[in-house]
Amino acid sequence: MTALLQLQGVHTHIGAYHILHGVDLDVPEGEVTMLLGRNGAGKSTTLRTIMGLWRASQGRIDFKGRPIQGQRTPEIAQAGIGYVPETMGIFSDLTVRENLLLAARQARRAEDLDTQRLEWIFGFFPALQKFWLFPAGKLSGGQKQMLAIARAIIEPRALLLIDEPSKGLAPSIVNNLIAALRELKAQASTILLVEQNFQMARALGDSVAVMDDGRVVHHGRMAELGDDEGLQQRLLGLSLAVHP
Amino acid sequence: MLETRDLTIRFGGHVAVDRVSCRFEAGTLTAIVGPNGAGKTTLFNLISGQLPASEGQVLLAGEDITRLPAPLRTRRGLGRAFQLTQLFPKLSVQENVRLAVQAREQGRGNAGLDLLRVWLDRKDWITEAQGLLDAVRLADKRDAVAASLPHGDQRKLEVALLMALDPKVYMFDEPTAGMSVDEVPVVLELIRALKARRDRLILLVEHKMDVVRELADRIVVLHNGALVADGEPAAVIASPVVQQAYLGMAAEEPA
Repeated sequence: MTALLQLQGVHTHIGAYHILHGVDLDVPEGEVTMLLGRNGAGKSTTLRTIMGLWRASQGRIDFKGRPIQGQRTPEIAQAGIGYVPETMGIFSDLTVRENLLLAARQARRAEDLDTQRLEWIFGFFPALQKFWLFPAGKLSGGQKQMLAIARAIIEPRALLLIDEPSKGLAPSIVNNLIAALRELKAQASTILLVEQNFQMARALGDSVAVMDDGRVVHHGRMAELGDDEGLQQRLLGLSLAVHP
Repeated sequence: MLETRDLTIRFGGHVAVDRVSCRFEAGTLTAIVGPNGAGKTTLFNLISGQLPASEGQVLLAGEDITRLPAPLRTRRGLGRAFQLTQLFPKLSVQENVRLAVQAREQGRGNAGLDLLRVWLDRKDWITEAQGLLDAVRLADKRDAVAASLPHGDQRKLEVALLMALDPKVYMFDEPTAGMSVDEVPVVLELIRALKARRDRLILLVEHKMDVVRELADRIVVLHNGALVADGEPAAVIASPVVQQAYLGMAAEEPA
């Protein structure tokens, strides 16, 4: 399996803090890779560093075999990487429609949006259709999360970086989200997913990387980690079986 | 202790909370569940005073507080941990908690405003703040700038701040969202301890049904702004409205 995205020895400093201490990570093409670890392990910082929102102070980031570290965020996005940040990054004063339009590189007007794809998204997140012309700031927390995900998937992308998509979502919508991500994977998207919901991690993950203290400390298949309670205890400090 | 009567708010043509009438007693924990956009956070905003009611009333200990501004409701004992992060971002973790302890003591008239008293009491506030940070397992980060904390740690800090204020009514809006799974039990333990005191009223918005099942004495279900179910947890969870509208069991196999 070739790696669509590869990080080698990536260090990131934020102000006086040294957050990433040499991250090595392979994200195989066509797979869902789970990025797990405790709070503060460096998961969100890793995603932000890939997107160029933090600058890697050292190391190498290759996407499709080409280095992207040092590039500006819009260039990295143009190269085909979609990103759902944990802060969602919704434009509150713009409508749901305008938020989605801004995310679609191919569309300038609502008529240009791929209606089939839009219907597909509405199927998972009906609230977005209901509030299509509402300012996004009026949406509830969970609906904003749906919009943030919709923006990243409004067009096919080679790689999706998603930071805790299930946060704030009702159980039925979490099930929809799992179905949506499965379909994206079937359409040949590669996904790097930070997620605390282990039901989702087990349902979706092909491979897994576990971070601790700014490094990747384990790399393997999700199914193996899911079956190995000892490994779970050692890496995550808990057993997945008792945390459905 | 807390009651809403026909509480309603409209945004333009949209009724976000629709004639919700509910009574909550001290010593109980009520979970508020419902689909995204059902009006859970908006109901909290109406109770805590972040939003003005279009119609209806909020009563705290028999007193009508519907028109009272949010800070005065806080003074009367309504405490809210926010879904959005509202801290003193540039102060340290410990200073944030110490300020909350100080605000509580001064609000209760237990501390003077003269500088000598403040200086003398300061040590006690810091000791209490340290205890609270121990309880939420943030002690090792007490000197960090609040804004620099990862998301899950900020949530723990919010819980510590609420505990420091120690209101009569604790309102938790998804207290464990974004928290790593090994840390969720820490927060649940604190809520459980709070419940065991039997003199505090706890309202909890939470999507994790295992958490709701374990902690709640009662579940209130909102759907399109209206109260559609209210009762004992097992019965409410088994009801068709929850199974379909919320858990989505009919539409999707449980993954």
